[in-house]
Amino acid sequence: MTQDLVRRAKRVAAVAAQHADTVDREGRFPAEAVAALKAERLLGLQVPTQYGGEGAGLALIAEVCCTLGQACSASAMVFAMHHIKLASLVTHGLTSDWHCGLMAKVANEQLLIASSTTEAGIGGDLRNSLCAVEADGDLFNLGKDASVISYGAEADVILVTARRNPEAPTSDQVLVALMRDQMSLNRTSTWDTLGMRGTCSEGFRLEARGVPTVQILPKPFAEIAAQSMLASSHLLWSSVWFGIATYAVDRARSYVQGEARRRPGTVPPSALRLAEAANALQAMKATVLSGLRKFEGAQHEPDELSSIGFAVSLNNVKTTSSTMAVDIVQRALGIVGISGYRNDTPFSLGRPLRDVMSAPLMIANDRILSNTANLLLVQKGGGQLLSA
Amino acid sequence: MVSDEVVRDILRQNEAMSNLVDTLGEDDDLFEKGLDSFGSVQLMLALEERFNVEFPDSLLNRRSFSTIRIIRETVTSLTLGEAA
Ligand SMILES: Cc1cc2nc3c(=O)[nH]c(=O)nc-3n(C[C@H](O)[C@H](O)[C@H](O)COP(=O)(O)OP(=O)(O)OC[C@H]3O[C@@H](n4cnc5c(N)ncnc54)[C@H](O)[C@@H]3O)c2cc1C
Repeated sequence: MTQDLVRRAKRVAAVAAQHADTVDREGRFPAEAVAALKAERLLGLQVPTQYGGEGAGLALIAEVCCTLGQACSASAMVFAMHHIKLASLVTHGLTSDWHCGLMAKVANEQLLIASSTTEAGIGGDLRNSLCAVEADGDLFNLGKDASVISYGAEADVILVTARRNPEAPTSDQVLVALMRDQMSLNRTSTWDTLGMRGTCSEGFRLEARGVPTVQILPKPFAEIAAQSMLASSHLLWSSVWFGIATYAVDRARSYVQGEARRRPGTVPPSALRLAEAANALQAMKATVLSGLRKFEGAQHEPDELSSIGFAVSLNNVKTTSSTMAVDIVQRALGIVGISGYRNDTPFSLGRPLRDVMSAPLMIANDRILSNTANLLLVQKGGGQLLSA
Repeated sequence: MVSDEVVRDILRQNEAMSNLVDTLGEDDDLFEKGLDSFGSVQLMLALEERFNVEFPDSLLNRRSFSTIRIIRETVTSLTLGEAA
């Protein structure tokens, strides 16, 4: 399974790499890479086998994110975000016939899922919503000023956070799955950004009317956020960033090796900087891997997943890996110098650098750190090397 | 013994809970009533201070603070030195 998966991921990565520069330059959806993901049936990877998927766990998805991240950050991020949403369906939708049917459709028809949490007036505060589900019998209406929805215009399904009802406090949220033909999306902002341009993360006014209430996930969003989204977003995003950083260090390594071949008998001065970059890359890898292991250990223990210790360590994975990824790509640029700064050499690092700079902003690190700061007021600590 | 009333008094200090406290049943899920992550940490701190206990990491999860009854039982077992 794993070897086969690596080969499939590499075939998609080859397509993604071929179009990465035009996707970036034109700020367009990576249609070729997503078509390749579908052709390799990678959009259903996580769906349980009884619904036509492959039942893959998060670590395998993370490996694919890393492979794609080395080729085209935007394609990798689309794949990651799709699987973050799918993780919520797989973890919390199995008790609902409608959501099981949706998973089967995702696997069979290779549907693409997008996410709408960010809202005008709330920003990146995942755990609060202004918009509300307005139910009338078995049907509901929902309107949201969704200020950022990556590939919203291309998605077949969007998972949307909203308050449970118009009277509910802003933190009492649910997660609803809306099919493309059940909603209207009117573009309210474009996505002309520094990097991650191919994610096409435009803003929309989202309106859905007369949607069956069975499409609301049965668990409160607070639980979904804690038990599947927190871990899957931080770990899959970090795997994409690790892929970007790996690509940059590979460019730097190849550059330094070229220098060494030209001047036999000496170690090029840039090799020292390469040693530092490789060192940082390994530390970043350890951070992501320990997060993946921690998640695998806690995955089937709701109390562990909702514990303060777990939230603190996953928050730390995100803030650490996002900061390190930017640092590592910058180090790589320092090593290759002007050839990396130019956009027309085999060592160009402009695109990965611009892409990776989104990492600390994608759920702002200060927001995450202040959440951690609150949790540390009660956490007791005393962890061991091989556990906790 | 930890009384229901003491737990309610502490909950009353919480912004999201203050107006609801008198209507809460013993088994109502506080998170569903609007308790958030910040509020739950403040609640833990207030309980630690009031009862002179420390919640071990193994109890710092959503379930241990999800209802008035569970909070009462958790704090009681800690004051009796029973909890792990
Ligand atoms: C490439 C990319 C793709 C995205 N795709 C999607 C998507 O598909 N769907 C979606 O819903 N969203 C998406 N987002 C949005 C993302 O989830 C966040 O909402 C967004 O990055 C946060 O934007 P913000 O800086 O405006 O907001 P905020 O998080 O509101 O932050 C604003 C500022 O306030 C600071 N700040 C916030 N809270 C605190 C605090 N507690 N303490 C201290 N400082 C604080 C922050 O550091 C920041 O400087 C995407 C973002 C990116 C970069």
